Amino acid sequence: MGSIELTTAEPAWPDQLFAVLKAANIRQVGYVPDAGHARLIERCAADSAIRDVVLTTEEEGIALAAGAWLGGQRSALLMQSSGVGNCINMLSLIKSCRFPLVLIVTMRGEWAEFNPWQVAMGSMVEPTLRLADVHCYRLEQAEDVADVAGAAIDLAFNGELAIALLLSQRLIGRKVWVK
Amino acid sequence: MLERRKAIATLLAKRPGDLVIVSGLGSTTYDVASVGDDDRNFYLWGAMGGAAMVGLGVALAQPQRRVGVITGDGETLMGLGALATVAVQKPANLAIIVFDNGLYGETGSQASHTRGTVDLTKVAAACGIGFTMEVDDEAGFARLTGLLATFTQTLFARVAITPTEPPRVLPTRDGVALKLRFRKAVGVL
Repeated sequence: MGSIELTTAEPAWPDQLFAVLKAANIRQVGYVPDAGHARLIERCAADSAIRDVVLTTEEEGIALAAGAWLGGQRSALLMQSSGVGNCINMLSLIKSCRFPLVLIVTMRGEWAEFNPWQVAMGSMVEPTLRLADVHCYRLEQAEDVADVAGAAIDLAFNGELAIALLLSQRLIGRKVWVK
Repeated sequence: MLERRKAIATLLAKRPGDLVIVSGLGSTTYDVASVGDDDRNFYLWGAMGGAAMVGLGVALAQPQRRVGVITGDGETLMGLGALATVAVQKPANLAIIVFDNGLYGETGSQASHTRGTVDLTKVAAACGIGFTMEVDDEAGFARLTGLLATFTQTLFARVAITPTEPPRVLPTRDGVALKLRFRKAVGVL
């Protein structure tokens, strides 16, 4: 069997994403644990000005974001693409009240996916979010992450709109299945 | 057991100025509105299962205020995981009060899980919520009413209510208006 040499250097974009969240004064970060978000979650948890809220399911984070805004704080919600499916009805809260919303979604079920069970929801993420009036920004290149994230987050809070940053599976990298 | 409208009137009769309320969709939204509309109320008209988490978001953002989530057994059951999430966060200023009649009043009074085997107070306690209480009489309710102005750790109360369906009191369904007036009332807009 041939072997593929995987790059082991940590990518810079999760730290850049964290810097964008800090610059935007994000104070609550909801998340369901996810490998692609591991570094960002770690940075948020270590920051005393950010309240990291571990969730049992992603839809809790939608309601949390609404509450944070009602109380005057900005928030972001981190999830994997499968979690988008768990949010659908709760997104009606965002649309009905025009709450700002920032979703940061690590994509599965696309580039070099090993597990076909991830493809079903992964392929529905963009159309589903669009139907829910969540504006999607898909990120393929590491050098685009900070700029696009900053601009999309500005749009969310200045315009009281819902946005999602979709971090493509190619950007995140191959998942090593057999260790 | 308590009658829901009498209970809510007692609970909010001497409402502290710092108390904001999130109500779960359906009967508890009508209950809270029945006491009188208030800019510090955020009524849910949907988002079933989300009341406790909306309350958590407000509580974390406004630590100097007390937040009361007033919701029903069906709404709580739909977001049972939220009790675990709230417990882990330990918000000292969040109270979750569940009016439990063991049925889904909006849809034809079908039995809920609390009519069966589920004990929400035990669930809340097992999740690790700081203070939990069962309320099924006037004395217990008087104690809960007092605690709502003074509690200093996450509070969960299950209030056993009679399965009556009092006349509906419908507040505005305009979500944007509810959001804006709430934010003004808490001084963030």
